[in-house]
Amino acid sequence: MDFAVIQEYMPLYIEAFILTVKIGWIGIALSLVIGVAAAFVMHFKVPVLSRIAKIYVELFRNTPLLVQLFFIYFALPKIGIQMSAETCGALGLGLLGGSYMAEGFRSGMEAIPASQSESALALGMVKRQMFTSVIFPEALSLSVPAIVANVIFLLKETSVFSAISLMDLMFTAKDLIGLYYNTTEALFMLVMFYIVMLLPVSLIGSYLEKKARLATFGE
Amino acid sequence: MDEILQVKGITKRFDDIVVFENLNLTVKKGEVVVIVGPSGCGKSTFLRCLNALEDIQEGEITLDGESINRNKKDISRIREKIGMVFQSYDLFPHLTILQNITLAPVKVKKRPKAEAEKEALELLERVGLLSKKDNYPRQLSGGQKQRVAIVRALIMHPEILLFDEVTAALDPEMVKEVLDVVLSLAKEGRTMIIVTHEMQFARAAADRMIFIDGGRIVEEGKPKDFFENPKTERLQKFLQTFTYDDEK
Repeated sequence: MDFAVIQEYMPLYIEAFILTVKIGWIGIALSLVIGVAAAFVMHFKVPVLSRIAKIYVELFRNTPLLVQLFFIYFALPKIGIQMSAETCGALGLGLLGGSYMAEGFRSGMEAIPASQSESALALGMVKRQMFTSVIFPEALSLSVPAIVANVIFLLKETSVFSAISLMDLMFTAKDLIGLYYNTTEALFMLVMFYIVMLLPVSLIGSYLEKKARLATFGE
Repeated sequence: MDEILQVKGITKRFDDIVVFENLNLTVKKGEVVVIVGPSGCGKSTFLRCLNALEDIQEGEITLDGESINRNKKDISRIREKIGMVFQSYDLFPHLTILQNITLAPVKVKKRPKAEAEKEALELLERVGLLSKKDNYPRQLSGGQKQRVAIVRALIMHPEILLFDEVTAALDPEMVKEVLDVVLSLAKEGRTMIIVTHEMQFARAAADRMIFIDGGRIVEEGKPKDFFENPKTERLQKFLQTFTYDDEK
């Protein structure tokens, strides 16, 4: 391994790392919003919307991100919807993640006994207060393990962004290998940058899971 | 004494199963009514109808002259006046004990947080749980959780308190610590309706006993008469299931 090469590549990787992290987290933020909204309409069986949410979840959970990205990046422009590669990446990740997050939140909401809502209502809360002060935070605590697993999964999925020519980590590595044949160094840096990206998430995730467990129903 | 709660001819059906039919009950201010009856007789459902957690199909329930069953839109405002304690405690697991207690006064009654906390601490002290204020519900025993649930209802200053088999889920050694709290509330003149299987407690707490069986009030009366001279055969039989004679 040639450390001079690593040093030389470093600025390129850092740039790609920032781009990957940025689009990854925008996508994750989007997936959380979509997930909560979809879980809400499915759990409370909102007419029409719950049917749409169900179809959305099944559609996006059962197709690969690569296929979704191709569709958004190459097929949508044909009907006049054109977006930058970055927007497509974040949107694709958000939509894929949203379908996973929706199921995570929904299982959290379903694990809450009906008596929790009843005791909130019995205290004089209106439905909105019941949802924001009781059901949502409880569902969130119960969903923490699923959310953490999804976040890690989604950050790893960013590696397919290169397919729509986003200059992410994977793209940078492939590009450098193609140009200079320093395969070992390029791949080593790729692995290292992914670990740097994900290890803190794993550690913070375990911490959050431990904290959230205190707030669940275990006897 | 003023009548605070009036139940007139209410009927509850689940589809075509009749839970109870044409039930009447009037509760006066400061009165403690204890309802007993075999499992499945509809007494818990009856209690849940009183704060509209269950619909009724016929009849009328009024609290302070205000209809409960015809005020769907305003029901949360009426529920503020009705404290309810459930068999399964139902504390909110994501909140500490103190937060559990102050949530409703702050969110629903819009009371200042500091003031609600002060009262919460006083009430916690009264039930002997001041040291648990920063714990989470899952760190407490069943009896402790139920005492917190009682405090959570009390801090809303309800006009009437409903207790739905509050000791049924508890280990035997924890029953007394909860019933002592309920009894002390009964003795300080609060209006309460209690559904229970604890007969000795019922006798000590009640101003009036009610026996429900098969969806009807079969017998009611002062605790002394109720337990010592039950008039109906069904109540006699029911009370016998709580005694252990070796003659049998």
